[in-house]
Amino acid sequence: MANGNTQGEVVLAADGTPLKESLNKAMRKNRIRALMLVAPLFIFILFSFLIPILDMTFRSVDNWQVGTLMPNTSMALKDWDGKAIPEEPVFEALIADLKAGAITREIGKVGTRLNYEKSGMRSMITSSARKSKKVKEGPYKPIVLKMHKKWKDLETWTVIKRNTSAYTIGYYLNAVDLKINKSGEIVSQPENRQIYGKLFLRTFAISMAITIICIILAYPISYLLATMPLRYSNLLMIFVLLPFWTSLLVRTTAWIAMLQSQGVLNDLFVFFGFIDDANRLQLIYNLTGTIIAMTHILLPFMVLPLYSVMKTIPPTYMRAALSLGANPFVAFVRVYMPQTLSGIGAGSILVFILSIGYYITPALVGGTGGTLISNQIAYHMQSSLNWGLAGALGALLLGSVLALYTLYNKIVGIDNMKLG
Amino acid sequence: MALPPYAGPLETTWYFTFRFLCACIFLFLITPILVIIPLSFNIEPYFTFTSGMLKFDPDAYSLRWYEDFINNTQWTHSVKNSFTIAIASTILATVLGTLAALGLSKPHMPYRSLMMGLLISPMIVPLIISAAGMYFFYSNIGLSQTYLGIILAHTALGTPFVVITVTATLVGFDHSLSRASANLGANPTTTFFKVIMPLILPGVISGALFAFITSFDEVVVVLFLAGFDQRTIPRQMWSGIREQISPTILAVATILVMISIALLATLELLRRRGEKMRGMSPG
Repeated sequence: MANGNTQGEVVLAADGTPLKESLNKAMRKNRIRALMLVAPLFIFILFSFLIPILDMTFRSVDNWQVGTLMPNTSMALKDWDGKAIPEEPVFEALIADLKAGAITREIGKVGTRLNYEKSGMRSMITSSARKSKKVKEGPYKPIVLKMHKKWKDLETWTVIKRNTSAYTIGYYLNAVDLKINKSGEIVSQPENRQIYGKLFLRTFAISMAITIICIILAYPISYLLATMPLRYSNLLMIFVLLPFWTSLLVRTTAWIAMLQSQGVLNDLFVFFGFIDDANRLQLIYNLTGTIIAMTHILLPFMVLPLYSVMKTIPPTYMRAALSLGANPFVAFVRVYMPQTLSGIGAGSILVFILSIGYYITPALVGGTGGTLISNQIAYHMQSSLNWGLAGALGALLLGSVLALYTLYNKIVGIDNMKLG
Repeated sequence: MALPPYAGPLETTWYFTFRFLCACIFLFLITPILVIIPLSFNIEPYFTFTSGMLKFDPDAYSLRWYEDFINNTQWTHSVKNSFTIAIASTILATVLGTLAALGLSKPHMPYRSLMMGLLISPMIVPLIISAAGMYFFYSNIGLSQTYLGIILAHTALGTPFVVITVTATLVGFDHSLSRASANLGANPTTTFFKVIMPLILPGVISGALFAFITSFDEVVVVLFLAGFDQRTIPRQMWSGIREQISPTILAVATILVMISIALLATLELLRRRGEKMRGMSPG
């Protein structure tokens, strides 16, 4: 721009340096100043949030147990071709590892790890480790083969060898209902053990249902709020904002009081004679309960973006359509609705993202039929202690949320996100 | 959207049907929250209206669950914890978030959208995943089952709200004001406290309120990180619902509803003040 006018000549700033250079210097200074302001929060978020999340995703591929706790066996198995039961040196290494593991009491971790791959391995490892204390001298192969019948199984050895590597995709396979079979191929789990694929599908289906119900419920009231005079709509807005600001647990408690079999809703139904006192409706601790409570909790997230979009639509468009002869229904569908699509999109993605990661409400009112993928993650974190699987399920959930979020960012832009 | 005088019978019917539908949806939104208030005065240990309550018999109502709440050390301890944790993390989140928002709004900020994405990620990542990650990491460095650990975790969850609200306020900010201030001889610190701060204050306060409510209402991270000593009100309600369901929870819930009404009113006042200061609304 500057070069265009002053070809060949260098424009100087007041202090004699070339203008371009001095401008660059000032820009750099500004950039550094801006970075310095952001730096404290960035470092804080990095350490308190981003690294913990990465750490969790790392756990889903981390496979330290066999390699670290059975170092001799891992070494000895390196050259094993996998065609027949290994020879004496491997068994010698195995006995050494089992003995060491029995003393440090760490061998159970190997057993637990291998058990995720093939059930029965934990008891094989722990019982053999116990028996290994008495073993004095070789040849070790016949002794070990007598310890547990599974040692004669070729698959046992393939599983051990596969898990001597430091990383595994086993948890991910498990999280999508796949496994590695005897001949090392990836196949799907038997029908009765396919849990997570179904659960992911169910989570998506429930979230989709909640999103659709939210659109249906939010559209009319947003329209009403947007077309009313401001002083009335501000008052009615309280009905949307009060639930929005009320504690999640309060709302969940409230729904328990409303929906339980001796609850307000069932009492009303009995009072009006819709149902018998004897067969009250089971509205809670199942899928119905989860959907009702979650719709209530997420509805404000749909109303607020829809309302702010509808607020910007001039009422003259509808009037123009009507005066040009469209009947009210056609005018509404063809003139008004297309203008609200961005609001529907924003609200839907927001509600969908929030609902696929929901934990508290399904855990409290979902019973067994209304739980989502997050509940399974929490179960593996706290009860089964299969942290690798929890990490893999978490990483898959995180991936889908981030993909949806990117979409949200494209449609709405995070800068335009309205709060309250 | 008043009914025009020339409306035919069809339009009139539709007009009233539509209003009726909307009324039902508003009822769906507000009823559960209002229902718990009278239920919390129930003299019986039930979650339901007794026949005495429906007849407005004063004997069917009592304050026993509120007394129970005040006299139960577990609950009072959890109230103290909730406020300590929420206030500490709000202060941290507000300071860090406001500074970062100021940086992000500078015209020369490099990698702005990437930075923004990373800084608000705690708001997008599902809570269960944040909680799981923090659980592993914080246990490794000895921060689980400590107040510090929970405060740091809640600060991380609260900062996105501060960043977003303050950035939004700064969008409408007239930068010639700070240039004028510098031109008149103020140094950057004076400019910040005397010129910028008063103007963005509504944004900062509403961000702080969001951060406060995020921490005050948060239970998933607390479930994973807190020990018995660090139990907060939502954590106490969680075990109340799961283990021994008693109307004390309803009494607590009623108190929390009152707090959210107060918060809502404060936010509304702030919004009006903000609009007035930026000359966006007359009056």
